Amino acid sequence: MDEKQCLLRMQNISKDFFGNQVLKDVTLQVGKGEIVGLVGENGAGKSTLMNILFGLPVINQTGGYQGKIFLDEREVSFSSPFDAIEAGIGMVHQEFILIPGFTATENILLNRESTNYSIFVEVFGERLRTLNREAMNKRAITAIEKLEVQLDPNMMVSEMPVGHRQFTEIAREMDRVSTKLLVLDEPTAVLTESEAETMLKAARKLANLGLSIIFISHRLSEVLSISDRLFILRDGQVVRSLESSKTSPREVASLMVGRDIKDGDCGRSEELKESEVVLDIKDLWVDMPGEQVNGVDLQVRKGEILGIGGLAGQGKLGIANGIMGLFPAEGEVKYKTERLPLNNPVEVLERGMAFVSEDRRGVGLLLDEPIDLNIVFTAMQIQKRFIRNLFGGLLKWRDDKEISKVAREYIDSLQIKCVSEKQNAKELSGGNQQKVCLAKAFVLNPDLLFVSEPTRGIDVGAKSVVLETLRKQNREQGTTIVMISSELEELRSICDRIAIVDEGKIVGILPPTADPADFGLLMLGEKEEVRAGA
Amino acid sequence: MLEKVKKLIEKAGWPRVIIGLFLLSLFFTAPFVGIRVSTSISDTIVRFAMNAVLVLSLIPMVQSGCGLNFGMQLGVIAGLIGAITSIELGVTGIAGFLTAIGIAIPFAVLLGFFYGLLLNMVKGDEMVVATYVGFSSVAFMSMMWLLLPFKSPNMIWGYGGEGLRTTISVEGYWLGVLNNFLSIRIGHFFFPTGTIIFISLIALVVWAFFKTKLGTAMTAAGSNPVYARAAGVNVNRMRVLSVVISTVIAAIGILVYEQSFGFIQLYMAPLLMAFPAVAALLLGGASVSKASMGNVIVGTFLFQGILTMTPSVMNNLIKSDMSEVIRIIVSNGMIVYALTRRMKVRT
Repeated sequence: MDEKQCLLRMQNISKDFFGNQVLKDVTLQVGKGEIVGLVGENGAGKSTLMNILFGLPVINQTGGYQGKIFLDEREVSFSSPFDAIEAGIGMVHQEFILIPGFTATENILLNRESTNYSIFVEVFGERLRTLNREAMNKRAITAIEKLEVQLDPNMMVSEMPVGHRQFTEIAREMDRVSTKLLVLDEPTAVLTESEAETMLKAARKLANLGLSIIFISHRLSEVLSISDRLFILRDGQVVRSLESSKTSPREVASLMVGRDIKDGDCGRSEELKESEVVLDIKDLWVDMPGEQVNGVDLQVRKGEILGIGGLAGQGKLGIANGIMGLFPAEGEVKYKTERLPLNNPVEVLERGMAFVSEDRRGVGLLLDEPIDLNIVFTAMQIQKRFIRNLFGGLLKWRDDKEISKVAREYIDSLQIKCVSEKQNAKELSGGNQQKVCLAKAFVLNPDLLFVSEPTRGIDVGAKSVVLETLRKQNREQGTTIVMISSELEELRSICDRIAIVDEGKIVGILPPTADPADFGLLMLGEKEEVRAGA
Repeated sequence: MLEKVKKLIEKAGWPRVIIGLFLLSLFFTAPFVGIRVSTSISDTIVRFAMNAVLVLSLIPMVQSGCGLNFGMQLGVIAGLIGAITSIELGVTGIAGFLTAIGIAIPFAVLLGFFYGLLLNMVKGDEMVVATYVGFSSVAFMSMMWLLLPFKSPNMIWGYGGEGLRTTISVEGYWLGVLNNFLSIRIGHFFFPTGTIIFISLIALVVWAFFKTKLGTAMTAAGSNPVYARAAGVNVNRMRVLSVVISTVIAAIGILVYEQSFGFIQLYMAPLLMAFPAVAALLLGGASVSKASMGNVIVGTFLFQGILTMTPSVMNNLIKSDMSEVIRIIVSNGMIVYALTRRMKVRT
């Protein structure tokens, strides 16, 4: 790329959140009229990088960033999104930021309307000018025409299909004359295939008009087809910058996931193949917002640790939540050959299954209650343990002494750092809260344990304790474990088999020793590529 | 030393320390403006005893996550029905008091049940809805008091011959049945032993309830409904049960209040009954989602202490009636303070 043509240059950008390094020395250029793809796993640092570019207040509040940003060869540093917009950077968000009760035109021109003079201006100032509907309509149509899409400027946003909302967002950026760089964050995530195609065409069109675009997407084929160049982020670093035309999905996927794993005890998968099926899931549908499950078939074998991986929002969390009865589910689930009633949390627990939720603070803990009660509560309600029956069972008295004793045992064995078992759960750190959640599940003596995102948001030390505890529970107690995690490396280090979920379905099950690229390709919906490569 | 004091203050909470010191200063000032300390103390204790059960009645609903029971008037109405029915029946003494409780409880259970169902429909806005439930139930009962076919000449209007009076004396029926039971009188000092024993009993029952499996489930439902549901607790049922218990205790509470006060007050009298109780509980250090027996005792004592002492001392000092003003400032101020504090925790 010709240096003169460079529109945006981000140089040696580093950023940490309270000591947690999320971006390290990231350098990235965008040329004029160029479409640059940005790919990476969840948590690779894509969003943080864009937040820095856009000057979101959260960056400043957490101590700013290191490095320099040049726009048109002028160093810039935005302290608020308004400055960024002023400078010509437009952003189209993953979640639409539109006013549902306004028309497309009104949304596109919000706060930049064409106005007419009215007499009240003399008294109350500029804000009382009246709207010039005709001029506004013309401007909206011009903006929409730039995109070459079908969009009725007078349609209410609330009545639009999602695709049109997306176009409205982009048209809004188009109306700003100054917009030079457009950031599209997962613009096709919610679109149907044909809508996505139109969207990509529109983006190409804009690039031809001289606009630069940063395109973020999880759909690898899309990114490859539309962008001129690709930046691959991994663990906060740009691992490679590639010309789109000279690469393959396989190469990109392996760069994205790309770590080599230490060999765990992977010899187990052979003997486990013979073991009986303990949980048989057929055509499971779960209505969990943001984690929809659309017809999952999966078999869990006795004694194994089954991993479920996949990108965020693809439905891997929905599987466990659906089976445990926390979200409406449909389908056929057999547990130990008996049919399991869905949407019934009590029954599932009574049959000997347990669940460690990904939503620690929301579902997993009673934050305002002491640790010991947190640990034993479910066992007490479901298995009627830790209860002394007084007056012939008329009075079910809580056995506080026994509760404290058991809690102290778990505090010791899981190394939960706390003042005493009477400390409130909210005062613990994330890692220790997670250990309490695990203890709560272990105390039920489950045969089958679902663990959802067990290491999310906890530090490295606690992470390894949590994983080690799970492994121990599996080996010593024979507990079958289904572990759901966004971190592939973690799954590969502990699981016997790993199922990958994409768009609410299981797209493949791989042994942990499989090529990292295959995992990457499955996650990115490139199932055929895996077969071709294998 | 300073550290210790600081810690103690932090543990007790500033509002309690400030109000406590203020109350103490009132007790010290009292003799200088010609008020007997022994009378002041026993007045405070009697008023504490009168109100404690009503304050206690708030606890189950706070614990189950239904918030402060601003609709306490429902329980109060059930209690009033019990009270007037027992007088109509002409039962006197402790038997009359127990009859009143016995009649009040079924009404309280019934009202509480429907009130609980209603609150389940408006999760998140319980306290606002409860306030209006309380207000409208009082208005509705104002009509009923006129229409209900009570006949006892002690209770109905002298002129029309029908409809209940606004104020009905319980003298000759069960005035002071608890207060005077085993009571201690030394000079001007009076200790209502019976009422204190009765309060302790109810407190013990409530405390024990929260030590049982059911009570623990209720606490969990209030602390984190999603957690409770994941552990197989029927959160809605817990909430309804807590509302029923709160309403029943409120019904008993108003009877305890009346046997000490000496009068049954009908019509608009119960309208603002919930506010002083709520204020007392909050003053005791409870929050919208957490309350304990300690909060009830400390809060009721401080709140009633202020209400007893300020009028007498202040009025003597500045020669004008400030009691109502102080009561309104303290009780509503406390409620505002507690509600703003909840917002802080949320965000």
